[in-house]
Amino acid sequence: MAKVEKKGAASEPLLREFFREMLLIRRFEEKVEERFRAGELPGFLHVAIGQEAVAVGVCRALDDGDVIMSTHRAHGHTLAKGTHPNELMAELYGKLEGCSHGYGGSMHLYDVEKGMLGANAVVGGGLPQITGTALAFKFRGEPRVALAFFGDGATNIGTFHEALNLAQLWQVPAVFVCENNWYAESTPHAQHSPVRSMSDRAVAFGMKAIKVDGQDVEDVYANTQRALDHARGGNGPVFLDVETYRLTGHYVGDPQVYRPKDELRELRETQDPIDKLRERIGLGDDELEELDREITEIVDGSVEFAKAGTDPKPEDALKNVYA
Amino acid sequence: MPEISYREAVRDALSRAMREDDDVFVMGEDIAEMGGSMGVTQGMLDEFGPERVRNTPISEMAIVGAGIGAAMQGMRPVVEIMYEDFLTLSLEQIVNQAAKHRYMSGGQLKVPVTIRTQGGAGWSPGAQHAQQLEAWLVHIPGLKVVFASTPEDVRGLLWSAIYDDNPVVFFEHRTLYGIKGEVPEEIEPIELGKARIHRQGEDVTVVATGRLVHEALAAAQEAEAQGVSVEVFDPRTLQPLDERALIDSVKKTNRCVVAHEAVVRGGYGAEIAAVVQHGAFDWLDAPVERVGAKFVPLPFAPVMEEFVVPHAADVLEAIYRTVGRTA
Repeated sequence: MAKVEKKGAASEPLLREFFREMLLIRRFEEKVEERFRAGELPGFLHVAIGQEAVAVGVCRALDDGDVIMSTHRAHGHTLAKGTHPNELMAELYGKLEGCSHGYGGSMHLYDVEKGMLGANAVVGGGLPQITGTALAFKFRGEPRVALAFFGDGATNIGTFHEALNLAQLWQVPAVFVCENNWYAESTPHAQHSPVRSMSDRAVAFGMKAIKVDGQDVEDVYANTQRALDHARGGNGPVFLDVETYRLTGHYVGDPQVYRPKDELRELRETQDPIDKLRERIGLGDDELEELDREITEIVDGSVEFAKAGTDPKPEDALKNVYA
Repeated sequence: MPEISYREAVRDALSRAMREDDDVFVMGEDIAEMGGSMGVTQGMLDEFGPERVRNTPISEMAIVGAGIGAAMQGMRPVVEIMYEDFLTLSLEQIVNQAAKHRYMSGGQLKVPVTIRTQGGAGWSPGAQHAQQLEAWLVHIPGLKVVFASTPEDVRGLLWSAIYDDNPVVFFEHRTLYGIKGEVPEEIEPIELGKARIHRQGEDVTVVATGRLVHEALAAAQEAEAQGVSVEVFDPRTLQPLDERALIDSVKKTNRCVVAHEAVVRGGYGAEIAAVVQHGAFDWLDAPVERVGAKFVPLPFAPVMEEFVVPHAADVLEAIYRTVGRTA
């Protein structure tokens, strides 16, 4: 009898692909921090160092027709959904070649062709629209799923409750991915939520909730597949309660005075999703070095691409207001 | 031509669009069995079923947000916000999301959602059920804003709003639902951004919206008896504004009154006055007069409500001020 692979389990070669993508996000984010500190990047930047396994595990489970909306911390999601690093970096530099053509910036990344319907700078702002997007899929009988990323901080805002309530009520094919990194910007979880388990909030709407280890890409991938199967199968939305860690500040330059002194060091030692995956797949030093060199080239190339990009004309600001 | 009410005209535009186009659907609070708080969608549930005439929880943020999400997929949702006071609850979705997706995406997205709502004084609903907030929305690039005053206009404008590729906030006035008017057999779409001159005149242009169009027409009739010829100009679409037609009208009459039920301070009339003074400065023979509600929340007691909002007599007084007369 043929060996039946556990549903949702990632094969060894697939895990290696995941590793590569996670490392790309990490190096991209480090480069973003560096270029911001060098004074080259305008605007507000929020990097996702520490949360790479969520972006990759979730997005790699999606079908091509599935769509996502994201948050202010969207670089990882956008790369994982298929946007080229060049286009993302060009957006951060405000160039026409950027994925939002210079109109959005880090907090408003779009790549509609790739199914990225927008990062959102309003916490919880995209959630009702994911419900509505999923409603459109249901109306049209399309086997597609709409998926929202948001943080634990977003579970306190009205749009979260209204959007989940409506999604469950109408049984639309949506997946709500709560990246619980234990901080709403600078405010620790215990100061912003009376409920420690984010799943409790989804369960209150009668929604199926799955707990996920956000530092383990295999777990993220497998559970996202479960959630997608459930939603795509017409069984209603799913809440993914992903516990993760932001191994950096809220924004680039955040002094993190609100964090216990040793927390970050300890988390970096014990909860780095890239270290964990490396151990899991047994990647040797030489292999890692080679991969890192290759990825660094891609990231450096994205900066070169961005810097060589086209500045919008000031009067381009008048375009794209109305269709 | 058949005669139908303003309420029937709204329903007719919705129903015809839904008959022709699977992408059009309506959703809102109490719109299915109950037919909406104003009876606009009465009977539509029977024809179209609960999927397309979709009752919602009391969740203005989610209703509008869901409309935006479906619109981004190319559907043409029509969202009903029961009272325009409740628009305030959904403003985040309208202002930060619907109005900006196209822009922030560098032109990748369209958001063809229509948000219908209604308000207005006259039935003593009090301070939280009768405001006129249209000016707030005009201030937001990316939105179109419509305020229809007759059955014919409301039908043709709503059709255009549904088929516009941009988010449109569509204001209806509660006291107009019962008024009747002739409409063409087939819907004739009315271009957004095209004003209507209800009555030609020579001496004063009254720019009025919603209920005040009818008050202005009544005032014009009285003024006529006193030898003052009044043109009644309804922009119909507040954004985009038909500036050319407005300025042409004032250049002809040399005087301008703006009249709306919303409070005067920061009202849409201020924008009209600014456009007129800039575009027709040398033609103006009098300051632009503004007519609107007094700067108070709407009171409950009918005598106070009546006192606060403007009527034909207020428009007439303003007309006379521009021609240097007293009533």
